[in-house]
Parts: sequence; structure tokens; C-alpha cells
Amino acid sequence: MIEARALSKSFQDKKRGIIRAVENVTFTCRPGQIYGLLGANGAGKTTTLRMLATILEPTSGTAVLCGYDVVEHPEKVRANVGFLSTATALYPRLTAQEMVEYFGRLNGLDEPTLKKRIDEIFTRLDMNNFRDRRCDKLSTGMKQKTSIARTLVHNPPVMIFDEPTTGLDVMTARTIIGFIADCRDQGKTIIFSTHIMSEVDRLCDHVGIIHGGQLREEGTVAELRAKYAEHNLEEIIVKVVGPHLANSEV
Amino acid sequence: MNFHSIWVVYRKELREWLRDRRTLISTVVVPLLIFPVLISGMISMSSVLIGQAQKQIPKVMIIGGEDSPDVVAALRANKELEVVPYADNWKKQISEKEIRAALEIPKGFQASLENGPAETIQIDYYLGEIKSEFGAEHVESSLKSYRDDVIKKRLAASNLPATLVSPFETKKNNVAPPEKVGGASIGSFIGYIVIILSMTGAMYPAIDLTAGEKERGTMETILSSPVSRLDLVLGKFLLVFSASLTTAILSVTSMGISFAYMGRTITTNSGNHLDMNLGLASVIAVFLMGLPLSILFSAALMTIALFAKTYKEAQSYLTPMTFLVVIPAVAAVMPGVELTPKLALIPILNTSLICKEIITGTYHWNSIILIFASTCVYAVVALFIAIKMFQRESVLFRS
Repeated sequence: MIEARALSKSFQDKKRGIIRAVENVTFTCRPGQIYGLLGANGAGKTTTLRMLATILEPTSGTAVLCGYDVVEHPEKVRANVGFLSTATALYPRLTAQEMVEYFGRLNGLDEPTLKKRIDEIFTRLDMNNFRDRRCDKLSTGMKQKTSIARTLVHNPPVMIFDEPTTGLDVMTARTIIGFIADCRDQGKTIIFSTHIMSEVDRLCDHVGIIHGGQLREEGTVAELRAKYAEHNLEEIIVKVVGPHLANSEV
Repeated sequence: MNFHSIWVVYRKELREWLRDRRTLISTVVVPLLIFPVLISGMISMSSVLIGQAQKQIPKVMIIGGEDSPDVVAALRANKELEVVPYADNWKKQISEKEIRAALEIPKGFQASLENGPAETIQIDYYLGEIKSEFGAEHVESSLKSYRDDVIKKRLAASNLPATLVSPFETKKNNVAPPEKVGGASIGSFIGYIVIILSMTGAMYPAIDLTAGEKERGTMETILSSPVSRLDLVLGKFLLVFSASLTTAILSVTSMGISFAYMGRTITTNSGNHLDMNLGLASVIAVFLMGLPLSILFSAALMTIALFAKTYKEAQSYLTPMTFLVVIPAVAAVMPGVELTPKLALIPILNTSLICKEIITGTYHWNSIILIFASTCVYAVVALFIAIKMFQRESVLFRS
């Protein structure tokens, strides 16, 4: 379960002064659901997801993941979250197995459990043929699989994906999408951001449209289509964001 | 603080570090090679330069002396001098190293030997030019032996014993232990090298584990794991400290072995062999004094490198830091710079100065405790700042 409660984040910029990257964002995502966070670049998606993953601390407001507050118990939140983004790279001088082992140990798994878990994941993701290869020698697809294994190793109930398929080829992107769908089928709570509307169509139960740091619209994909009398999700985003462009664009 | 997490982070960083050739070179290869290379360089330099200067018969010029044939004949008879014909540009010839020295015999010198008063023979040479200095020494000793001959003849003519003018002899004998003799010559230099190397040993891992992580995109990966930032920074710090320590241990070991085996061949100006065996106690003491400095370097370098977004940016921040370390370390090597209570509080300079004393076998315990304690305080402050910086989003996600 993810509950974002009036999440806000401001940054101090020398030239531009205070930047309100996220303002009063509130939403709920339940187990077995995929919540899609949509919006343009710079809308505040990554900042919101980073706050949920406790990589950034909210300026005000909070979020509760699996019963743990992100401000009060960030380490417990992280122990229950798998976070994957295009910015979460792999350690180049570790092998795929060492990479996953490292995160398993940081998550407090004992050695027999870790070994069993790694064998399971590596078999499921078809990674056994490159488990002893260094990460800097892996192909993009192999790297992405290793990243998935890294987020899954401690079997977290909440998964956060920040544009996980950006820059990936079709086959690798399909692997990721399949993996996200698997996570939902296992009853995990999932939030993810993307610019690819076909992924939203295929995966998301709920979507939130964020712009200028504020959540401008929220609902199921069907609800939004009905409300805006528009099937195309891109058009729906344009209709939601359009009235706010004059206020926020510089 | 979770020791298991710190250990897990440390072990992973160690594994990556051991697979990184770039940092291994600065941490392991450089300290192992620098002392043998430096010492063999010193030996070959001293044997080539000093040996050549000593072996070659110096060319000297006599100015005047037409009315003093005896002293001129004595100089010409000396096989260790080559007297060249007089030329007006003798000063230029000395400056341009064509001749090594000249001696000016005043008019009526021989006559004044008989009737007094005592005249002065001036020896002209090139100060700081080793061959010219050797040449001047040869001329001086040749003149001294001529003076001794004159005295002996006068005493014999008056039927007086030679002991009249030299009633006793003197003989110099070194009583300082070998490590003090060796230490006095190389003490300041060793502290300097160990300090510089323990910093360079820490520098590349410090960059790699901070700015390097940001550049490679692994910083966000690790921050999304349950490890606390305190445990993360301590795990990383321990690796940087290990690298610095490894460099210090290897450099001290390499230094000890190099001086023990190769240093004996170094000769002093007086021609004696220097015993460079530093003694285990000195080596251990230098290493112990370097420990808090290693902590200081590791924490400070990590903190500065963390501000950078890329490896290159971090290098440009840390290069000026090298001068901040080199200047106080060099200041301690300068002759005449001695440890005072005020200097004992200046980091790096104080350690460099105390290492100089320790290597000569001098243990001023008050200074040692003061320096060790003050450097520990600086190290703890630097580590505290590093921990705080790792908790600042504006530093971790600087854009």
C-alpha cells in the first residue's frame, strides 16, 4: 500500500530562487494495483518517486508505504521497496551475481536464503548464462535483467519504477513490462512513471497526471476517457495540462 | 549504526577496488617502487657526480707568483693539481667551468715568508659548483702542506722539535648510533614522502567512491537500498582509509628495506658510509603517527570529492589540495625548521616534523602526544563533516 499525503518538495536554486518541484501531491495505490504517474519532463514525477523511495526527503507532507512513514522510518520503507529507474545503474566491476548478492545482504537476507532467492530469480529471468560476467561487459538487456533481479532479491511488497523502459530496445522493454505485470499478479503495490502510452494502456489500473509539481488529474484509465470524451491518452494529458501551461511555462 | 551493513558495504567496495587497476597503481605499485627508485637514483647521482668530481684532476690557474718560485714549484709538483698557464679572463674561465679554481699569490710573498708579515693567498672558486669546490679544496690542502713544510724546515733550522707548533693531535670519532646518523640525513625526507603517499593512496578511491558513483549512476542505486547513509559513508570511508593505510604501510616497508639494503652505499661528503638502517621502532612510530593523518586525508578527500558530479571534476578539486599537503610537508624538510608548541598544532606540518625527530631516534613524548591528539581531533572533525555531507541532498544530487 502506498499513501502519499500532501507530498511537497522544494529546492533552492542560486539563479531561480526556490523551486517547488512537487506541491501537495496526494494519492493512494493499493496492493495488486499499478498506479501510472504521467506528465511531461520536469513535471515532478521523478521527484515524487524519489520521495516515495526515501532517496529525497519531503519538504512537507509525507507518504506511508507498507505502514512505514517515509520521514520517520526511511530505512524500513526502503527494506519494503524495490526501486528501478534509468538512473539506477550497476557497479561495473561486480558480476551480475555479486551485484544481486550485495543488495540481498544489505536487505538483511541470510546466506542460505540469499542463495536460494538468487537461484530462483536467475532461473526465472534466464540469467544463469551471464551470472559470473562483470556488469560492464553485459548487454543493455542483461543489465536491465540484473537491475530487476537487484530490486526483487528481497521480495519487496512495493515496487517503484521511474521510466524503466526509456532508451531500451523493444525486446528489453517487453521484458520489463512483463516483469511489472508479473509483480502486479503477485499482489505487489506498484507505481511507475512513463512517457509511453501503450505501456499505460497495458498495465495501469489508476493514473495520476502531474504538471508543474501538482497532481492535476487522477482516476482509472476508463474514468479519464469518459470524463474527457477522448480515447487517446496523449490527448487526455494535453487536455488536462493545457489550461495550466500559461501559468507554469517560462 | 549497523556494523553488519558497514561490513557489507566495505567488503563490496574492497572487491571493486581490488579490480580497479587505476587505483591499485597509486596505492600499491607507486609506494613499492618509489623508494628503491629514489634511492638507486640518489646512489647513482652521488657516485656519478661526486665520484667524477673527485677523480678528475682539477685545472687551476696561478695569478702572480713570479717572485715566489718555491710555492709555485710546490703547487706544480702536486700530482692532484693541473696548473694551467695564466690568462686574463680567469674569472670568466671559472664561471664557465673551464678551470676549477685560481689562486692569487701576492707580490713579494716568498720574501715575506722570510721577513714577515704574513701574507694571504686568495683562492677564487665558483660557490655551489661541486667540481669548483673540490678544486678549491685541493688547492687549499696543497697550500697547507706547503705551509707545514715551511714550518718544519724553520723548526729544524732552529733545532726545535716539530711538536713545538703541534703539541697535540685531534681526531674526529662518531659516537651517535647508526640510525641517528642515517636519520639526520634522511629523516625529514622520509616523513614527507610517507605523508604525500598516504594522501595520493587515498585520493583515487575517494574520488571513485563518491563522484565516480554519481557519474556512473550507482549512487541512486545504493541510496535506494535499506542501508543508512551513516553506514554507507562509514563503509566507504573504511575502504578509502584502508587504501591510504596500505599505501602508508607499503611505503614505510619499502623505505625500510630500501634503506637497509641500498642506503649503505651512500657516502657522506666526508667520505664515510652512512648506515641507513632505520630500526623497527622508528618505522613503527612513523607509521603510528601517520594513522590519524590517514583518517584526516580519507575523510577530507571524500568530502571534497562528493561535491563533484564527475570523476574529472573531482580531480580538478583535489589537485589544489595536493599543494595544501605538499607545502607544509616541504616546510618541515627545510633546514632549521624545528618543532615548537605552535607548529605542533598545524596539521601535516606537525606530523612531518615529528617524523623527522623520530627517525633520528629522538622521542619528545609531550610533542608526540600533542601531535597525535590534535591530528586525531582534526580527523574526527573531518569524518563528522563527511558524514554530514552524505546526508545533504544538495550535495548528493547537485545539478
